[in-house]
Amino acid sequence: MTDKIAVTLRVNGCDYRIDVEPRRTLADAIRTDCGLTGTHLGCEHGVCGACTVIVDGRAVRSCLMFAVQAEGSHIRTVEGLADGERLSPVQQAFHDHHALQCGFCTPGFLMLATAILEDNPRIGADDLRHALASNLCRCTGYHNIVIAVQAAAEKMR
Amino acid sequence: MTWVGRSLKRFEDAPLLTGRARFVADAAIGARAVRFVRSPIAAGRIAGIDIPDGVSAVTGADLIGVKPFRPRLNRPDFTPIEQPILPADRVRFVGEPVVAVIAETPEAAEDAVDRVDVRFEPTPAVTDFASALKSDAPRVHDHAPANTVVDAKIRPPAVEAAFAAAAHTVTIEIRSGRQSAFPLETRGARADYDPATGRTTLTVSTQMPHIVRTGLADVLGMREDDLRVIAPAVGGGFGQKMCPTPEYVVLIWLARRMKGSFAWIEDRHENLMASFHGRDQAHTVKGAFAADGKLLAIDVDLLCNIGAYSCFPVTHGVEPLMAMAEFPGPYDFPAYAARARAITTNTCSMAPYRGVSRPVITLAMERLMDTAAAKLGLDPVAIRRRNLVATFPYTSATGIKYDAGAYREALEIAAEKVDLPGFRARQIAARTDGRYLGIGFATFNERTGYGTPAFAPRLMEVTLGYETVEVAMDPSGFVEARIGASPHGQGLATTLAQIVADELGIAPDTIRVIHGDTDRTPYGWGTFASRGIVIVGGACKIAAAKLAVRLRALAATLLQADAGKIELADGRAALAGGPSSIAIADLARAAYHQAHQFKDQPDIGLSARASYDPAGTFSNACHVAIVEVDVETGGVRLERFVAVEDAGRLVNPTIVDGQVRGGIVQGIANALYEEILYDRTGNILTTSLMDYAVPTAAEIPPIELHHLETITDASITGAKGVGEGGAIGAPAAVINAVADAVAPLGVAVYEMPIAPQRLRALIRAATGKQR
Repeated sequence: MTDKIAVTLRVNGCDYRIDVEPRRTLADAIRTDCGLTGTHLGCEHGVCGACTVIVDGRAVRSCLMFAVQAEGSHIRTVEGLADGERLSPVQQAFHDHHALQCGFCTPGFLMLATAILEDNPRIGADDLRHALASNLCRCTGYHNIVIAVQAAAEKMR
Repeated sequence: MTWVGRSLKRFEDAPLLTGRARFVADAAIGARAVRFVRSPIAAGRIAGIDIPDGVSAVTGADLIGVKPFRPRLNRPDFTPIEQPILPADRVRFVGEPVVAVIAETPEAAEDAVDRVDVRFEPTPAVTDFASALKSDAPRVHDHAPANTVVDAKIRPPAVEAAFAAAAHTVTIEIRSGRQSAFPLETRGARADYDPATGRTTLTVSTQMPHIVRTGLADVLGMREDDLRVIAPAVGGGFGQKMCPTPEYVVLIWLARRMKGSFAWIEDRHENLMASFHGRDQAHTVKGAFAADGKLLAIDVDLLCNIGAYSCFPVTHGVEPLMAMAEFPGPYDFPAYAARARAITTNTCSMAPYRGVSRPVITLAMERLMDTAAAKLGLDPVAIRRRNLVATFPYTSATGIKYDAGAYREALEIAAEKVDLPGFRARQIAARTDGRYLGIGFATFNERTGYGTPAFAPRLMEVTLGYETVEVAMDPSGFVEARIGASPHGQGLATTLAQIVADELGIAPDTIRVIHGDTDRTPYGWGTFASRGIVIVGGACKIAAAKLAVRLRALAATLLQADAGKIELADGRAALAGGPSSIAIADLARAAYHQAHQFKDQPDIGLSARASYDPAGTFSNACHVAIVEVDVETGGVRLERFVAVEDAGRLVNPTIVDGQVRGGIVQGIANALYEEILYDRTGNILTTSLMDYAVPTAAEIPPIELHHLETITDASITGAKGVGEGGAIGAPAAVINAVADAVAPLGVAVYEMPIAPQRLRALIRAATGKQR
């Protein structure tokens, strides 16, 4: 388990050639080996969703996936959302609607919401609320997160 | 046009939205990793510790000269408790750190933890009030008989007379389960020794960097100046990140001894097991009522399970003493008796969690009101209307002075918003369909923004309270406001800038709030107890006003005018009623680079410092929950939640709404979902999110907010505290609603959380139906 394996991860369009133990989670590889610390770890057992990234177009909990499983996949993290200094519609909506307080869950919610809206920007209100129930936030009470994602959806239609 | 009162978007957001913010786990990468071997038993002796070859570890025996934590109150009914940093002989709760293991990576450290063999000899544990309070109960601390470590009493003679004269006496037993503050970011720290200076820097996820430094330096026997504490971006705290803990002591000890960098990042299992808990209380409440529903007297017995150890600096007295002092809440009644006890058990220690005892005392008082209303045939609004404090200032039965609020107004508005008569009609109709709807009101007040005048009567060895702010304008005209307090997500960098901007006549985006670094900020306390905007905001206002006086004096010299006639606005210092003005940025340049022109000034440069130490101001609110109970499953669906609250002047209304809604959701979780459970041997049963139910967006209805703004001179900014109120009122509103829904079945609900299995058991017991 502690022998390292060479893996290439494609994250936000860049290739990271890293050597990881087979047990290395994708989350730890992104954070420690790729140095992209915007992806956060809140529970490391697949419930809180703070570590959500997008793998091949789908929102994935990166604490439940091994780095070696992600070789060859296209991975997107919070660092890849903005275009230079221009925030993505979801990021901008979170700012505009006060959808973050401490900001620790925010990268996970941004990636979750991005994946939901890229899949279906016309998602209904109830379905959206239930999809957003994938992740936990302790500060906002969710109200403004739901409103922000709805606002972003309108922009992305 | 002022900046205060506007919903400015937050300056904090950009790094948090783009992944650039640095949290402690980000800072920890690259340091040597520390993990802890923790006690698997609730009580027992350490018979031996075997560290295998190749494992680097620290035990209590190694920490020579390191003192235990020993927070204390100087009152006769307080028994101090010592917490060893790493116990050498005895463990007192499951999860207590015993051995620190060091490795190059966190994974290697976890592997090494598994190889350390600690031999424990279990002894009987006490976990709850029933087991801990027996006269022959095993003692968690040998010097504390019946495990009682605070036993405070008030019993004026008027109470007995009031009960004797009362038309009705109502007695209820309230039980609040144990909850975790559950910040989404766990605790953690990194300690770095600097060989050049001999100093150590602790980067730690904390709400209180200065007092954490004091607490850690004291137990380590260090000069405080040799320790710098930095709070980076902090991923929530809600009280759990107030206190210094053994893990941080070990990191600093290692950094100094090994002259290197060491980090520990708590995992969620540790966080739920061994970080601080809150809320574990049982209250017996007796109320004496007149025939018309007027409350005449209250007699309460308050039990607080404080766990195994105390928390520095607030101590294990914080829960019982707050519960006793603030129990009377928003109600006007003359006679009050109380006994408040802190009971130590073989469970994880308590620390103040959002609202501290207030969610439980509010639950107790609000259940009492509804129980009495039912007995007297009053509706929940009528009994509260009859008893709420209506004239201010008011002095409570415990001698606390309430500044003006809008207690009755909040109740009336809330009742109107939910259309109580309309709801009752709908409720009756639904019951004929076999559906059980319920409505619950909670009216409460909350002591907020209180400084040493309020803490001093608690006789604390460390009396908290004031805040100090330094405001400095640099030669380019930009301002730093350096605050001793340290936010953990509330948005103070934005709201404080709004306050400073109004005093200086400059835009908030030219003001940077500096916090979370003991090298850069004046000594202060932190963000807790709904105090940031009141106390830090007040200190900002005073300091900025002093700086404004300096700016006006400089402008007066340059404009050859009277300083009293200079106005600061829109980035300029202007002579009132005249055309002459000068840019404030030019004044700043002159202050530093043309100092010879201002010989009459007492000081060179542009800075001012102020402290603010108020007695406190009371926020108030009325929360209303409407629920539907599925009597077959015990499930509770929240249909609607309305909060009418008065937190004085709203500095940034959007941020206030965020604080209130976030608090309400933690309160809803308290009422319906979250509970830390132990078995009888003291083994913790809820150490993952598979067992500990944090609500998601799916469980939470839209929350409607309405604001009242009573401005009083108890707060120099007019703002009252708002951080905790949501969490204080929501549990009582929800439990009252559930109780209202199931009342026709003869079910009485006096405990939280009222999880489905618990509610089902009550319904089964009341109806005799086994299905």
